[in-house]
Amino acid sequence: MKNTIARAADSDLWYSFRRSPIVMISAVITLVIVSTSLLAPWVAPHDPFNLVSIDLMDASLPPVWYADLGDSRFLLGTDDQGRDILSTILYGSRISLIIGMASVTFSLILGVALGLVSGYGGPKVDAFIMRIADIQLSFPAILIALLIDGVARSILPRDMHDQVAVYVLIFAIGISGWVQYARTVRGSTMVEKSKEYVQAAQVIGVRPIAILWRHILPNVMGPVLVIGAIHLAIAIITEATLSFLGVGLPPTTPSLGTLIRVGNDYLFSGEWWITIFPGIALVLLALSVNLLGDWLRDTLNPKIQ
Amino acid sequence: MVMLAVAFIAFSLFRYVGNPINNMVGQDTSIAEREEIRKQLGLDDPFFVQFGNFVIDAVHGEFGSSYRHRRPVSDLLAERLPATLELSFFSGMIALFIGIPMGIYTALNRKSVLSKIFMTLSLIGVSLPTFLIGILFILFFGVILQWLPTFGRGEVVQVGWWSTGLLTISGWKALIMPAVTLALFQMTLIMRLVRAEMLEVLQTDFIKFARARGLPTRSVHFRHALKNTLVPVITITGLQFGSIIAFAIITESVFQWPGMGLLFIQAIHEVDIPVMAAYLVMIALFFVVINLIVDILYFFVDPRLRVDRAAV
Repeated sequence: MKNTIARAADSDLWYSFRRSPIVMISAVITLVIVSTSLLAPWVAPHDPFNLVSIDLMDASLPPVWYADLGDSRFLLGTDDQGRDILSTILYGSRISLIIGMASVTFSLILGVALGLVSGYGGPKVDAFIMRIADIQLSFPAILIALLIDGVARSILPRDMHDQVAVYVLIFAIGISGWVQYARTVRGSTMVEKSKEYVQAAQVIGVRPIAILWRHILPNVMGPVLVIGAIHLAIAIITEATLSFLGVGLPPTTPSLGTLIRVGNDYLFSGEWWITIFPGIALVLLALSVNLLGDWLRDTLNPKIQ
Repeated sequence: MVMLAVAFIAFSLFRYVGNPINNMVGQDTSIAEREEIRKQLGLDDPFFVQFGNFVIDAVHGEFGSSYRHRRPVSDLLAERLPATLELSFFSGMIALFIGIPMGIYTALNRKSVLSKIFMTLSLIGVSLPTFLIGILFILFFGVILQWLPTFGRGEVVQVGWWSTGLLTISGWKALIMPAVTLALFQMTLIMRLVRAEMLEVLQTDFIKFARARGLPTRSVHFRHALKNTLVPVITITGLQFGSIIAFAIITESVFQWPGMGLLFIQAIHEVDIPVMAAYLVMIALFFVVINLIVDILYFFVDPRLRVDRAAV
């Protein structure tokens, strides 16, 4: 254990981390958002989904620094139903983060699996998978996600759709992002395939699945994790966009995007805080995750594309 | 090939999602009558006959009628098309004419304060979702300053079947915010791309040689370096134009711009499948055409490709 820490402290990664204030700041911001939102039920000042604790008399209060109207109980003000904005943001970013991570995991597994098969299998399989990848790549991810969500909406009855909305979103965003993983993994698999250790394994009769899983996979995972980090920011933004367009999560389990959409209706009556604060939270989250991803890529410098 | 695949998906959507008859008739229609309509619509035909009919109709621009609007989908789309095209065209132009110079500037003056500001802005631009930019614009220019209208296209003038907002002042005013919103993301992308390509080209031998020959800096930068950065820039920009049309969905719904994207979003909300299918086919057509144009442009920009083809 001690040895691991000593090695980590000595590594290039840690060195470049300490050298760059921007990276440190974004790491701190990410850490704060992630920890507070995962611990939302314990750290949030109010429970916005507990109807008992909401009082319509508290509706549409501005943030604390409006001396005459602000209420010290609600740091960032309240929305039209008297829910505390800060608490809804914490719960909202929790949902956004969960969906973002789940969909990244989903496209990572799908993409890596298809990439391995494509790179290791015969030319026919390879051509087939890459053809699909090409076709999908010519359409923007958001359009594909929108489409899948639209189809799910038309197959499922309305009340059922609201219940499974989270899974539909994870599936939609996950499907729309697998191509990049598959391409990267395919490339490095082809390189690894011709190396001696793989040939040796083939000669002694190891099954192809075992070769892919035990021998090739560990050697192609480096770049994949970096893509995953960058993809996380994209997935969070995509989820927010879908929810903003009203095809994502229902207002009963709001993510940051849903909060922004709901608040948008009050923009014209001057109640800007309902929509702007969730917006700021979203930007901070996306920006810091983006910066961390960029830094990881630059530091580890794996050959991406 | 791509078109057929998309048409197939759109058709399956059309055919298997929901029951079109139930959507068309009322509660009290008898089963016999339903069967009658079924036959008339050709829903009893084999799968491939139906698919063939769908493709033939689609080529003629027929997609059936919208469940909600009770009007042919082709009319609806034709009505909304000009709005989306005007919006996409102008934001594409904004992105190009601001993005490329910014990219060149940041590549040539890497150390200057201004390019550092540009680079920081571009990073924020990438992380800022399009709809948030739109909301911020509405808040500042629409609600607080009240300079620009926050929704719709303003007054439109009919020129034949094309309704344009470009002939009235209110139309132009209404165009500014959506177009800039839509352009910002593409602009940052183009800027970063031009910068990266330019930096790479400036490292190459022929640029060093051009400098050694004593050519003026201007000529080295703009005649030699810039020309060689153009190929990847054209590819990406061309492909980006397609995604501008897709991102227009977001911008249109923020600004309630009456284009195809808004129609599509409403169709998803109301499970209006003919509209969804038609929009899909249409977007696919756009993408294929754009890819074709990009490929043709290569020949004009890169003479090597022309020689290759001539030799074959």
